[in-house]
Amino acid sequence: MRHIISILVENKFGVLSRISGLFSGRGYNIESLSVGETMESGLSVMTIVTRGDDRVVEQIIKQLRKLVNVLKVRDVVTMDHIEREMLLVKIHANGRTRPEIFNIVNTFRGKIIDLNGDSLVVEITGSKDKNMAFLNVLEPYGVIEVVRTGSVAIARGSKATSDR
Amino acid sequence: MPITGAEILVKSLQREGVDLLFGYPGGVLLGIYDTLFDADLLHILPRHEQGGIHAADGYARATGKVGVCFGTSGPGATNLVTGIANAHMDSVPLVVFTGQVPTNLIGGDAFQEADIVGITGPIVKHSYLVKDVRELADTIKEAFYIARTGRPGPVVIDLPKDVATDKTKFVWKDTVNLPGYNPNIKGHPGQIKKMLRLLEGAKKPVILTGGGVTISEANKELLRLSERVEIPVVSSFLGLGSFPGDHPNFTGWYGMHGNYASNMAMSDADFIIAIGTRFSDRSTGRLSGFAQNAKIAHIDVDPASISKNVPIEIPIVGDCKVVLKQVLDDIENYDWRKNEGPRKEWVEQTRKWNSEKPFSYDYSDKVIKPQFVVEKISELTGGNAIICTEVGQNQMWAGQFYNFKQPRQFISSGGLGTMGYGFPAAIGAKLGCPDKHVFDIAGDGSFMMNIQEICTAVQYRVGVKVAILNNRFLGMIRQWQDLFFNKRYSNSCLDCQPDFIKLADSFGCPGLRAESPADVEGVIKESLKIENKPVLLDFRVDREENVFPMVPAGAAINEMVFK
Repeated sequence: MRHIISILVENKFGVLSRISGLFSGRGYNIESLSVGETMESGLSVMTIVTRGDDRVVEQIIKQLRKLVNVLKVRDVVTMDHIEREMLLVKIHANGRTRPEIFNIVNTFRGKIIDLNGDSLVVEITGSKDKNMAFLNVLEPYGVIEVVRTGSVAIARGSKATSDR
Repeated sequence: MPITGAEILVKSLQREGVDLLFGYPGGVLLGIYDTLFDADLLHILPRHEQGGIHAADGYARATGKVGVCFGTSGPGATNLVTGIANAHMDSVPLVVFTGQVPTNLIGGDAFQEADIVGITGPIVKHSYLVKDVRELADTIKEAFYIARTGRPGPVVIDLPKDVATDKTKFVWKDTVNLPGYNPNIKGHPGQIKKMLRLLEGAKKPVILTGGGVTISEANKELLRLSERVEIPVVSSFLGLGSFPGDHPNFTGWYGMHGNYASNMAMSDADFIIAIGTRFSDRSTGRLSGFAQNAKIAHIDVDPASISKNVPIEIPIVGDCKVVLKQVLDDIENYDWRKNEGPRKEWVEQTRKWNSEKPFSYDYSDKVIKPQFVVEKISELTGGNAIICTEVGQNQMWAGQFYNFKQPRQFISSGGLGTMGYGFPAAIGAKLGCPDKHVFDIAGDGSFMMNIQEICTAVQYRVGVKVAILNNRFLGMIRQWQDLFFNKRYSNSCLDCQPDFIKLADSFGCPGLRAESPADVEGVIKESLKIENKPVLLDFRVDREENVFPMVPAGAAINEMVFK
């Protein structure tokens, strides 16, 4: 099963490597990992997407909680939540294909953020499925490059991972 | 008044109550060693960093204090890695200082530079790279706190050269500020009630005691629980000594080379209270065949140890001693007469198993049986010595044939299985407990791995005895090749070994040899008279003796082989 682990960490030397090392050392796979600071300086939230059965994920969470720089760990998948990742897609576009691509981008509620004679860059956010569908539709036009952030997720309701 | 980082280091160690440390100097540690020259601390110089850290580990296990050791940057630090991993696996509190190149050279592949925080990441409880002398005192305070609280473990502090020479004011705080680190000490009362209720209904209960009982010094509480409800006690390998070995409720230790009664008790039990143990694969055997009839309550300070390998019915996260006190406080609220009859029968059953199939071997009066040597050491020291072991057959025979009565008496590399551990650990244990006899029960193979530490023991007048069960084989490897590889002894025969007596002589310490069973007692007695220097005892034992009983790999623990 797919899990989204949200981890509140102290922003200190070596924290990222401790966490990623914990996954690799125990043979767990990281599907995506994204990190950003919270409102409180010195604290960050990491979002790690991983796969495993209940026992594996329970172990992951317990082992993460043991790390001295980790303040809180939650599996967001167990709650009602919203998940997004962002893609930047560079694609071949000429005078003929440009209107069609514009249409597709509009349909998927993306944004054109750069444009030149033979290519353009689209920014799009959404669930992984939506983003994959978007890429599939664009593929025939010639995708030059895709970069993606990895998922971030947040629980609905008033509780937060960054609450302590 | 501002003082140097090195001076802060010494003051901080003294505030933490450290009076003994092990270390090996190097270029980047010169400033620190210059300060240590005048400090009121006993510094032991091993002959290899690995010897130093194992000695710190043995000292910590024997005394219950935090072991401290130093290594220089680069190779000094990497030589400590095995010792750090060893301490991590067996939950030994260590604070390990490594030197580092100056901060302005870090990352430039400087001479003797290694990313030790990166290298040791998976095998430490926590680690620090101190980049500013103003962080040093707080870091040391935190490191000791983390090392000894909760589930203890090794903490690494990487110290760049300039941090030791930079100056600042020494401020020692009374408290630490670690928002992400709050070990759970008290057990959940509801879970404890649930456990007692299940115990009340159990007819074949077993207590499984582990190394955590020794660490939290919960042995008296454990004894009271076992006696109050008449529960047999099975030990894990590292749990040996946490329950008196001669107590009628004690079944022995369970696992691959554990005894019949213990493995049967675990397999037949209907309820297991596991305390401070982590169900290692060497203990449980095949998991699908493990304790199939039992519900398990697990008391452990490390929540990640619970349900890691074996599914647990009742998890109780907390310090073993504190939780057992809670259990004892609540114990009279249950009706222990209800299943008294079946429980008595059950205890009788475990005793019967033990008398039917105790640890045994075929004695010979022609060739020395290694088991006989351990038995004699146990007898002649009254079961009161500290026994360190190397790894392999010697280790198993030490566990089987020495009668441990007290916690902190049995010191062995359980989790990592580190050859070369026992001798330096024995040096550390003897330095920590100078009034006790300390033996390293050794194999000739393992002993060779850190043999240079004889020098250390001679220099500091450390009176440890090394009982070499000398079979000129890597015994446990040879045993597996004998049993599972058609006696093809690939690279397990130690064709060239030194003459340990001459070797001892060259180091300036006595060496005693026993060639036949008749010599054994005399040699041990002779060694017990020698104080303030190490003694090497060379027992020329039966070369092809095997350790039995044995649970073959992949078998359940009640599927034991006796020959």
